[in-house]
Formats: sequence, structure tokens, C-alpha cells
Amino acid sequence: MTTTLETPVERDPEGFFVHPEQWTEAMAPDIARESGIGELTDRHWQVINFMRRAYLENGTAPSIRTLGKASGVPIKELYHLFPKGPAKLAAKIAGIPKPRGCI
Amino acid sequence: MTDLLEHPQSVTPPPPTIEKVSIIISRGSLEGIYPGLIMANGARMEGIDANLFFTFFGLDAINQAKHEHVKVATVGNPGLHLATWAGGLPGVSAVVTHKFAADMEKLDIPPIPEFVEMIADSGAGLYACKASVDMFGLTIDDFVPQVRDIITVGEFYGLAAGGQIIFT
Repeated sequence: MTTTLETPVERDPEGFFVHPEQWTEAMAPDIARESGIGELTDRHWQVINFMRRAYLENGTAPSIRTLGKASGVPIKELYHLFPKGPAKLAAKIAGIPKPRGCI
Repeated sequence: MTDLLEHPQSVTPPPPTIEKVSIIISRGSLEGIYPGLIMANGARMEGIDANLFFTFFGLDAINQAKHEHVKVATVGNPGLHLATWAGGLPGVSAVVTHKFAADMEKLDIPPIPEFVEMIADSGAGLYACKASVDMFGLTIDDFVPQVRDIITVGEFYGLAAGGQIIFT
């Protein structure tokens, strides 16, 4: 699936990046809007940056538990910033592949 | 492009999604409590509304005096592939529980008290079963603060209406 973003990038049917290297910060607001998040605040960016950094360092997206503990944004706030699942949504906006975990 | 068919093709409806789950936890062993917690947390991670209803020994998961001491059942538990007589020896349940806890920590699965708090923070509703609470002589003060209320089975069905019910 090619994206509706201005630069052609490859994404899976759910909208997750197949090649994380193709992501740029400028794409994030568009991807967020697709998922119903109108505006990315500093708090959103704190989570997005943490997600991406953790993926690039570990090769895998952090669990929701790690996200809540290490990103500086607690679980309650994560679900306010990204309703409908912060771990998946933040991963999508951060241009990393779909996380596959049960936690 | 012209449509060659006489009648326009109807749009395929999107696949049905689950919007809400209400999960009952009725067991008090480690392996009896975790599946319900994983289901509830997993639901919230997918944006699915979730309720957790603790009944019978499942109340131990939300009981402040008990929730740090939940053990693996090592006697008469065929899934463990451990002879019943061996499972009954003093200390075996504690050792097996410790091993499971360590394995789960490696997978970033939290211990029960932390997990319950996480699930509540994600917006799930936590409830205690009134019949069991009455039977064990407990009050709302015995439970972790995240428990919203003590409710009857009828009230549970009301909360669960329109969604799926999962019994564990």
C-alpha cells in the first residue's frame, strides 16, 4: 500500500511503515490525522520520540508497560493522548512496524 | 469507467470488530488470574472497552492483603506435569511461583498488583462480586483503590450488555 502522504512510502494494510527509514518527522501529523488525532502536542511527541528511539535501539517496539514507565508519560495520560491504544497508535505515527506483543 | 452490471454492486461491509469485553476472573491461582488480566489489558491496547469482574478466589487479585501473595497451584495441576505428591511438599508452590514470576518479568509482564493498576489506568472498569464479598466478609476498603464498586451479577450483566463476556 502506498501512502496518501506527499512522499511515496511503503506501508502495510493497516498503515504501519514497512521500512522505518522512510519516515520523517514531517509525516507524523498526517499519520496522526488518519488515526483521528487532530494535533500533536509536545506530550504526543515525547511518546513518539521515545517509541522510535526504543525501536531503533532494541529492534522491537516497547511494551505498554515500558512505555508507561520509561517514556515519562504515565499510562493514564497515554490513553488520553492516544485513545484506542497508545502502543499501536504511537508506533504507527512514529513510523515503526506494527508491534506484536501481548503486553 | 462505466458499470457493466445492471445493479451496482453493494459495498462489502467492514469486518465486525469487538467494541467491548467484560471479563470474569473467578480463580485465585497465578495461572488462573493472569489470563483475564492479559485479556483485559490486550483489549484496552486495541481500543476495546473492558470491564473486569472478580469473583470467588479471583478477589485475591484485588485484595490488598492477598494480591502480592498469589501462587501457582502445584497440587493436582496436570498442566504443570509435576507429580501431585511432589507438588504438595512444603515450599514447592513458592519456588514454582518465583520461577514463573521471574520468567514473566523477563517478558515485561508485570506482577499482579502492578498489572491491575495498569489496567485500571488504561480505563478498564474493575468490579468485585457482591456475593463473594459477602461470603468472605469483605468490604470495599479491603480492595485496591482502583476497584470502582461491589456489584451484583445482575448489575454485571447490565455493564456487559452489548459486548462480549469472557469467563476465566
